[in-house]
Amino acid sequence: MSDIRTAVDVAAPLNNAPIPSTAPLHAKFRKRLQSRGNEFLLDVAIDATSGFTILFGASGAGKTTLLDCLAGLTSPDSGRISLTDRVLFDSSLRVNVPTAQRRVGYVFQTLALFPHMTVEGNVAYGLAHLPLAERFGRATSLLETFRISQLAGRKARDISGGESQRVALARTLVTDPEFLLLDEPLAALDAPTKGKIIDDLREWNRTHNIPILYVTHSREEAFALGERLIVLESGNVVAQGTPHEVLSAPYLETVAQLAGFENIFDAVVEAVRPERGTMTCRIAGDAGGVVLETPLVRGGVGSTLRIGIRAGDILLATSPPTGLSARNVIPGHIQSLEQRDVIVSARVRCRIEMEVHLTLAARDSLELTPGKEVWLVIKTHSCHLMQG
Amino acid sequence: MGIDWQTFRLTLQLAFTVSLILLLVGLPVAYWIAFSRWRWKFLLEAVIALPIVLPPTVLGFYVLVALGPRSPLGRWWIALTGHTLAFTFTGLVIGSILYSLPFAVQPFAASFSAVDKRLISASSTLGASPLRTFLRVIAPLSAPGIITGVALSFAHTMGEFGVVLMVGGNIPGITRTVSIDIYDRVQSSDYAGANQTALVLLVVCFALLALVYGLNRRAWLIHPIK
Repeated sequence: MSDIRTAVDVAAPLNNAPIPSTAPLHAKFRKRLQSRGNEFLLDVAIDATSGFTILFGASGAGKTTLLDCLAGLTSPDSGRISLTDRVLFDSSLRVNVPTAQRRVGYVFQTLALFPHMTVEGNVAYGLAHLPLAERFGRATSLLETFRISQLAGRKARDISGGESQRVALARTLVTDPEFLLLDEPLAALDAPTKGKIIDDLREWNRTHNIPILYVTHSREEAFALGERLIVLESGNVVAQGTPHEVLSAPYLETVAQLAGFENIFDAVVEAVRPERGTMTCRIAGDAGGVVLETPLVRGGVGSTLRIGIRAGDILLATSPPTGLSARNVIPGHIQSLEQRDVIVSARVRCRIEMEVHLTLAARDSLELTPGKEVWLVIKTHSCHLMQG
Repeated sequence: MGIDWQTFRLTLQLAFTVSLILLLVGLPVAYWIAFSRWRWKFLLEAVIALPIVLPPTVLGFYVLVALGPRSPLGRWWIALTGHTLAFTFTGLVIGSILYSLPFAVQPFAASFSAVDKRLISASSTLGASPLRTFLRVIAPLSAPGIITGVALSFAHTMGEFGVVLMVGGNIPGITRTVSIDIYDRVQSSDYAGANQTALVLLVVCFALLALVYGLNRRAWLIHPIK
């Protein structure tokens, strides 16, 4: 538990609620992976409550390995995984419940329908412990829930992608799992189809109320689905919270996310205004440098940060702008202009040096030339922050 | 002299017995080879593949020694039954099983390995035991490889010569197989009889293989795929 809090404290914004300790699914473990000479360490502590929890991260962040550990398809090196009062894995107690007894539902990215069986055969597969009549009764009702009754007799290898996804969900849910792992099962679908399947899944979970861990690398999906979000990056949980808190509210960006930024500066936090969700940071430069208003992240006055600003996010004015919503207006002089294809890259000296991208038309109508006096306009939320 | 049909009956009986036993023994061995993560597994794979490269006389010699009255196995068998294993049909079956083992195990294992690992994982998340996963998922998807392995071990046993000669000798009705009969006829200059016998063997083997591959068109010779 303490580690979870730490992860939140370090990376998530101030208004992040503490993780409720009543979550049915607890997992805290480490697993070292070796692939082609690269060592990868998955070191996570997560809680999942009933309902959707989105596991968000780039490919290679360890999402699938994390799910495989929860399902028991691979074993962590150390740690503990428990579901309410059932211990599924505990390295110190030498407990490792086999996958087949974990009562886990797992829908793979590849779906993994049994190609040689019918749709009905696939859905009834997990019901071998039931009498035959009940087996097919259950399968039929799930086929109806997921609107695929008409496919029952078809071979799984002969149905379409969207149909396969419904079958894979039905096959998993029919077993009444106690927790559900979904590894981008809907990645290949168009938005309306995806939405319908998600609605059916929500409807199903209204009565079952189990934790559903849903892996995605799509921000849109994370926003649309999640009551809760866990951000995984290179094997570590870097943030947990609601999608709004974690994704839309300011948070510390990662090195990779800032890689495409043309303007990156080291800065020191000068003042924080938690009530406004902002703070001011000073970037060192000539004559005291530049003070910028930025989104608020955890870290007190005096802490160092790195600020990234996209060249295309900066506005350029040839007279002092007034009546703006943007909080940062910085005077400076154009140092050089360089045309690259259809954009113009302007270097502006404003005690620090910034790169600004403009269209050709903007350059011509503003009659920009080197030496001209300009004002740079930067919105608070165009300033992206990462740890210095 | 004509064709000695008794040798054909004996050879077919041997081939059926051996391929049936190889089916039963080969499936678990192949399963282990395909899915075990034991680091010294390759050593066992090499041992199983040995009969492919060893001269049949070498294998036959070792089997003969192992079955003979001076080996523990041979002594145990004599204590049990009162006679030696060497130069008997049972001894022939044992030698042939070892000789044809790779021809069954390799196609089995190759087809097991070709089954999508996620299907096996899916089966276990759906609560299936390893045995149920094997019977319902792995084996059906490996059917072409299993059929190929059985057909190859059958055909290989039909045509074996060196091991039979070493282990079985040449006892009519007990260990004299078609290939040895043909060799005998050539030795005694009965070319007409050798020719007829060889032709019948060729036709029988071709017909059997054509039947198996015809029923199993997706199977490849050694490395079956789905």
